[in-house]
Amino acid sequence: MIDSRLQRFLRSPVVWPLAGLALLLVVNLIHNPDFLKIGVLEGHLFGAPVDIFNQGARTFVVALGMTLVIATGGVDLSVGSVMAVAGATAGLCITSGHTSLPLVLAATLGAGALAGLLNGILVAYAGVQPIVATLILMVSGRGIAQFVAHGDVLLIKHPGFEYLGKGFLLGLPFAAILAGLLYLVAQAALRRTAAGLFIEAVGDNPVASRFAGLATARMKCLAYLLCGLCAALAGAMDAANIGAADPYRSGENMELDAIFAVVVGGTALNGGRFTLAGTFAGVLLLQTLSPTLVFLGVPPPVASVPKAILILVVCVLQSDRAGRWLRGLLPKKEVA
Amino acid sequence: MKPALQRRLPLIVTAAVLAVLYVAAGLNYDHFFSLGVAADLFTDNAALGIAATGMTLVIFSGGIDLSVGAVVGFTSILVATLVEKKGVPPVLAAALALGVGTVLGAGMGALIHYFRQPAFLITLAGMFLMRGSAYWISTDPTGLSHPALTKLTLWDWPLGETAALKLSAVVLLAVLVAGGVIGHFTRFGRNLLALGGSEQSALLMGLPVASTRIGVYALNGFFASLAGLALMLNSGSGNPRDGIGLELDAIASVVIGGTLLTGGRGNILGTLLGLLIFGVIQSAIRFDGRLDPAWTRIIIGALLLGFILLQRLLGRLGRRA
Repeated sequence: MIDSRLQRFLRSPVVWPLAGLALLLVVNLIHNPDFLKIGVLEGHLFGAPVDIFNQGARTFVVALGMTLVIATGGVDLSVGSVMAVAGATAGLCITSGHTSLPLVLAATLGAGALAGLLNGILVAYAGVQPIVATLILMVSGRGIAQFVAHGDVLLIKHPGFEYLGKGFLLGLPFAAILAGLLYLVAQAALRRTAAGLFIEAVGDNPVASRFAGLATARMKCLAYLLCGLCAALAGAMDAANIGAADPYRSGENMELDAIFAVVVGGTALNGGRFTLAGTFAGVLLLQTLSPTLVFLGVPPPVASVPKAILILVVCVLQSDRAGRWLRGLLPKKEVA
Repeated sequence: MKPALQRRLPLIVTAAVLAVLYVAAGLNYDHFFSLGVAADLFTDNAALGIAATGMTLVIFSGGIDLSVGAVVGFTSILVATLVEKKGVPPVLAAALALGVGTVLGAGMGALIHYFRQPAFLITLAGMFLMRGSAYWISTDPTGLSHPALTKLTLWDWPLGETAALKLSAVVLLAVLVAGGVIGHFTRFGRNLLALGGSEQSALLMGLPVASTRIGVYALNGFFASLAGLALMLNSGSGNPRDGIGLELDAIASVVIGGTLLTGGRGNILGTLLGLLIFGVIQSAIRFDGRLDPAWTRIIIGALLLGFILLQRLLGRLGRRA
């Protein structure tokens, strides 16, 4: 009885990032008892938790798309570059005088959709391995972004667009609300319909799902398309947040952060199983980790060391071999 | 199409692309056809070429290593800091850096093999580990002033009146030869190709799968560190930012060279051709002076796309035949 509960607890994917998050919160609260305090300034909420949600919004939007791609058994390495392309597109539209917000957003998201579609066609229809297919855009995407932005950082002065990244709605950061809405929509669209199941089926066994009558290639292509859209939205939010489209730095290392959040959240890297709640918890863990490391005196450029170690540990723990070891440990404990 | 021709077609296409690019650049820009420019192709891309040779061997085995760029940055700042700030003899510092690269590679190979984890994920983590560690040593570049290192930086092998190969280019040529011998004329190389072709078959044939896989990542780590040393000598300073994006250029050179990314088939000679294509595009853009350097990345991306599609097409033709 206890054994089965323990095993179920160990198997539930969301538990791990939540436990990590709790640990980080404890460390932070010991260091700074006011860590969770939320204040009100000029009608806006502020405080460390608000910052975490605000900063995490972009990572979450990217990770959401990444979750779908990873669930189909693929991966998208181009998200960081697509963010830069999307930001540069928005910057180009605004600086060249096309300032109507729907137009800017359509152009930005269109760029992302195009990038996602290219990845999707290469993976789903040409049968190229996902790492390689998305590597192409990862390499050339930054070049395209620099080309679109004429090699400059484009300053964006557009109140409507900037609202996307630094606006406040009812005292809450708009970016976080947007990410939350996206989460609810995705959860409803994937889990209240069969779409999520289809994606998992494609990731689990593409041949079997094709024989079962699923349009496997179309499903895969759709996942990459959605991932591209998500990355473009995140790119727009990033450009809006800093008030500039930076083709060099925007979305830098985003692919690792997104994969990190997805993997830590318990989505299987070889596909066939995904959890959006886990990804959400993974992003929260990641975003809480950054300020914690600063508190602990780790300079920001070095922060990738503990992140890398954590991701390696999670990978090893999730592997079958480690699973066998853990399962081997459990009965022994009972005997003792 | 004859199978032999079909197998060599990617290499032939690569050679043709290189020839077309080189001739086009030579006809468009004055003084492009000179021994000096040709020698500089090797010197300027020494680090990339060394890393690409190791990457070719990893890709032979069906793997990939995204950490090489970060290892280059780490080696560069580690050796410069040890020599310039801690007074460690250069030979010892270089040996230490090569050791770290090799051990890191072996560790990643072991994680990939024993825990059945995707190579790109483990090496992506390795990339962030090494880049972060490089910044940990120092976030600022360190200039080289140790007499032995300055001597090595300035050393060159004259090829004529106006052309010379720097030490890094000589190392690159040595590494290419070594990589060619390892990849094509040793048991280890054949094991790599067998492993890349089909791990199951390699295992059933009784080939040492574990030691081959761990060995190739260790070898690649060694080459990546060597690339870091070459870059440090070329630039005359150690910089933790060295080699950002180098892994992508290395993979691009390998793929453009006709090595199959799924493993099991490839050619070090192709990697050299891919490297030279890279170098010619870069020099041409530098010669032109009007073109945006961003074009290098876009052209490389387009070439990458073209060659990957060519590989798929040939793969399909091969199955039908």
